[in-house]
Amino acid sequence: MTDFPALRLVPRADGPQSAKDFKTDQEVRWCPGCGDYAILAAVQSFMPELGIRRENTVFVSGIGCSSRFPYYMNTYGMHSIHGRAPAIATGLAASRPDLSVWVVTGDGDALSIGGNHLIHALRRNVNLKILLFNNRIYGLTKGQYSPTSEVGKITKSTPMGSLDAPFNPLSLAIGAEASFVARTIDSDRQHLQSVLRAAAQHEGTALVEIYQNCNIFNDGAFEVLKEPGTRDEALIRLEHGQPILAGADRHVVRGADGELRIAPRSEGEAVVHDAHAASPTTAFALTRLAEADALHHTPIGVLRDVRRDVYDTQMADQLALAEEQRGRGELGALLAGPSTWTVSD
Amino acid sequence: MTSQVDQSEAVDGPDGERRTGPASPRSGPQGAAGRPAKPIRRLDRVIIRFAGDSGDGMQLTGDRFTSETAAFGNDLSTLPNFPAEIRAPAGTLPGVSSFQLHFADHDILTPGDAPDVLVAMNPAALKANLPDLPAGAEIIVNTDEFTKRALAKVGYAADPLADGSLEAFRLHPVPLTTLTLEALKDSGLARKDAERAKNMFALGLLSWMYHRPTHGTELFLRQKFAKKPQIAEANVAAFRAGWNFGETTEDFAVSYEVPPAKLPAGTYRNISGNLALSYGLVAAGERSGLPVFLGSYPITPASDILHELSRHKNFGVRTFQAEDEIAGIGAALGAAFGGALGVTTTSGPGVALKSETIGLAVSLELPLLVVDIQRGGPSTGLPTKTEQADLLQAMFGRNGEAPVPIVAPATPAECFDAALDAARIALTYRTPVFLLSDGYLANGSEPWRIPEVDELPDLRVEFATEPNGADGSFRPYQRDPHTLARPWAVPGTPGLEHRIGGIEKQDGTGNISYDPANHDFMVRTRQAKVDGIEVPDAEVDDPSGEARVLVLGWGSTYGPITAAVRRVRADGGRVAQAHLRHLNPFPANLGAVLRRYERVIVPEMNLGQLALLLRAKYLVDAQSYNQVRGLPFKAAQLADVLHAAIGTLDAEETR
Repeated sequence: MTDFPALRLVPRADGPQSAKDFKTDQEVRWCPGCGDYAILAAVQSFMPELGIRRENTVFVSGIGCSSRFPYYMNTYGMHSIHGRAPAIATGLAASRPDLSVWVVTGDGDALSIGGNHLIHALRRNVNLKILLFNNRIYGLTKGQYSPTSEVGKITKSTPMGSLDAPFNPLSLAIGAEASFVARTIDSDRQHLQSVLRAAAQHEGTALVEIYQNCNIFNDGAFEVLKEPGTRDEALIRLEHGQPILAGADRHVVRGADGELRIAPRSEGEAVVHDAHAASPTTAFALTRLAEADALHHTPIGVLRDVRRDVYDTQMADQLALAEEQRGRGELGALLAGPSTWTVSD
Repeated sequence: MTSQVDQSEAVDGPDGERRTGPASPRSGPQGAAGRPAKPIRRLDRVIIRFAGDSGDGMQLTGDRFTSETAAFGNDLSTLPNFPAEIRAPAGTLPGVSSFQLHFADHDILTPGDAPDVLVAMNPAALKANLPDLPAGAEIIVNTDEFTKRALAKVGYAADPLADGSLEAFRLHPVPLTTLTLEALKDSGLARKDAERAKNMFALGLLSWMYHRPTHGTELFLRQKFAKKPQIAEANVAAFRAGWNFGETTEDFAVSYEVPPAKLPAGTYRNISGNLALSYGLVAAGERSGLPVFLGSYPITPASDILHELSRHKNFGVRTFQAEDEIAGIGAALGAAFGGALGVTTTSGPGVALKSETIGLAVSLELPLLVVDIQRGGPSTGLPTKTEQADLLQAMFGRNGEAPVPIVAPATPAECFDAALDAARIALTYRTPVFLLSDGYLANGSEPWRIPEVDELPDLRVEFATEPNGADGSFRPYQRDPHTLARPWAVPGTPGLEHRIGGIEKQDGTGNISYDPANHDFMVRTRQAKVDGIEVPDAEVDDPSGEARVLVLGWGSTYGPITAAVRRVRADGGRVAQAHLRHLNPFPANLGAVLRRYERVIVPEMNLGQLALLLRAKYLVDAQSYNQVRGLPFKAAQLADVLHAAIGTLDAEETR
């Protein structure tokens, strides 16, 4: 059984759970064929593995297609406002260490309107698991380009092509001092669940980017990573402690200039993936390997997983220390203060 | 109760018993003994204003004089007034920082209209404050700063100390800097450091003039500079030198005595509005049994609450300095979902940013305190000055029909009770609540009768623990029939797992619903819940019972309005007064109260926001009197307005 140190303060479930326990009676209202269905099913069947009480699990979301997610999870949940889920979840997680708090967000929600909250949650390292569904498009508002859309994207709001350079979500996360950064794909349940497992084990904020297909407004955006004919060449499956291989006959090497590059297996030595490396340099380089548009050489798996002080734990520690040093606060003494005078009748 | 200084009883001649030198409990620092005592004049009230450069330490000087005055037992009221810049260019008019203190032997309501004494540390301070001085006021100036260059900087063509332009005042030219340097010549401090103690010299002089107890200030200085004993001793030495200067110099022929005030029996302390509000929040946590979670982003003039609450972690208070205003309230709301007493503190511009989250809190129906320390607006406006112009923002500043209760304290000390009251409403009705203070209340201070803890309201809440549906399900929007509050079921409670959000929800189940009739019902129900909040009736003060004019205020205008009402009545005028703490909902009797009077005057530090609400709701011809100068009303100014209103009615009758 997997150990989840990040959940040590969360009460254990009385007995085994099943995916069914995490399903609600609400009709799922995503478009037929949406990648969100696969992610929901993967999460629902993963949750029992945590072994914690369902009532101590909370899903918080913002606004967007993905943000309807909490309604379909039979846990506590909040569907909040656009971009703000990391902030709301921070307050909840920081005040309730006995909860397992998950944030569900999308590329528009997390990287556009909510970009500020995302980077600050990451730098604080609050005990949150952030699932960022990246479909590189605005779905709920019917098809405008998003902050992860490729340059030149033709959409309703950009008939002559979008001008904005996109964010690379994982580069951004590492720049924001994220202690856990991973990427997975909606259609690969096994891989998705392995990443969720690693995220749940991580103490602090975990950012999981999930490539998710919007079959209505951006269909096939990640097809090259899914098609049996192309995926093995296009994907780089990261495993901690293993050489980083790219397709059947290539691997990732460090060039003379220190940069990572793809080379034939005969050339140089493969870089061995170290997710726990203290320096973020190599993890950052891995986020830059893929070709932005074609997605060739896209690393998936856990890019970075390092230990860092956890915000909510430290906050609780400060409270405990204050009480230890000064005793539990006494209201009467506080109100009186050091300097008073008395008026008698 | 508002007699002027020059009308008060004057006690000439030495008072040996009180002036026996350093050993007496009310005497000053050591070293003043053995001189012939000077005459003491008894006053019933005094208004002092300290003014200098932003870097001259005027706020500290004022705070210390206030503490001495509180310790002495006078009633008091203060008005700090400072620029937004931390160190504005030295010697300029915009860089002037001042602190006004009104203290008396009776209960007083305002920091006073016009200073009896001005301490001006430089020409800019003199020029900026002179227009506020009545003839006969005393002016103490630091002559060392009255150089040609400094005079020219603020546009003085001639030296006002020499050109006779200050003839109407009692001028005390004192070389404060020189005297301070002289007193500290053996301190070993560099000239620049020694000079900085000149505010303590001034404080010492004023402390002598008004017989303030000095022990507290010396203690304070030694604590403040505990890590720099040389600086601590230099400040104490300057403070004592100032006292002794007053005692010995010919220029100060008399000193003044303002006996302690006869306040209601009890134990008192001096308290500012922001401190009282902070304590109110801690008390609300203790009395509700809920952990306080403050999510906040620094903003003037609210930051002091964040600072204060972050000092009380041993009460289980969590403070979170967020990345922005939105995250501040978001985190507080998240904590409230988890069962905490969620609080966010800000000022007007921050409220604008928080609006969407307040709307979410309205929809989620979770308790949340939104504290707005109002300042001059719009936009950045006047960050360090006071205003009441966020009332309509608090009332209506959200999309959709999003009613939020509003509580507004009237005095600095009342910020404590108002915080508890706001918490009561939030917790009882499961709603966000606005607490509208302002810069004047926040930074102003007054004596506060310290309450007994068990006198404070019981705010305990019951979380939902059991399913409430007939079928054994949990219905998060099934309401209490009396309060219309929904159950507060916090994560960790088995069987009550539920999802809530900003999308309209079905009555009872809380499931997403776009049904037209349901939305109409939910909008009306949320409004009915707020309309039904229990608030006490408005109390009208009308001693004659024959007043035809009602003056109605809210928030920090209480002091000046009440002082004005006293003046009008002292002049034989009849006026009724009422003051609102609850702006939403209004007290149930308010309409009847308003209709009882022929004329309703509403003074506000905005352009008529309460008046607009009153006119809309009650169809009464409420008449506004407005000022948005970033400063509180003056009592005299409001007294004129009330006199005029009474006069107009009388004239109409005669005609």
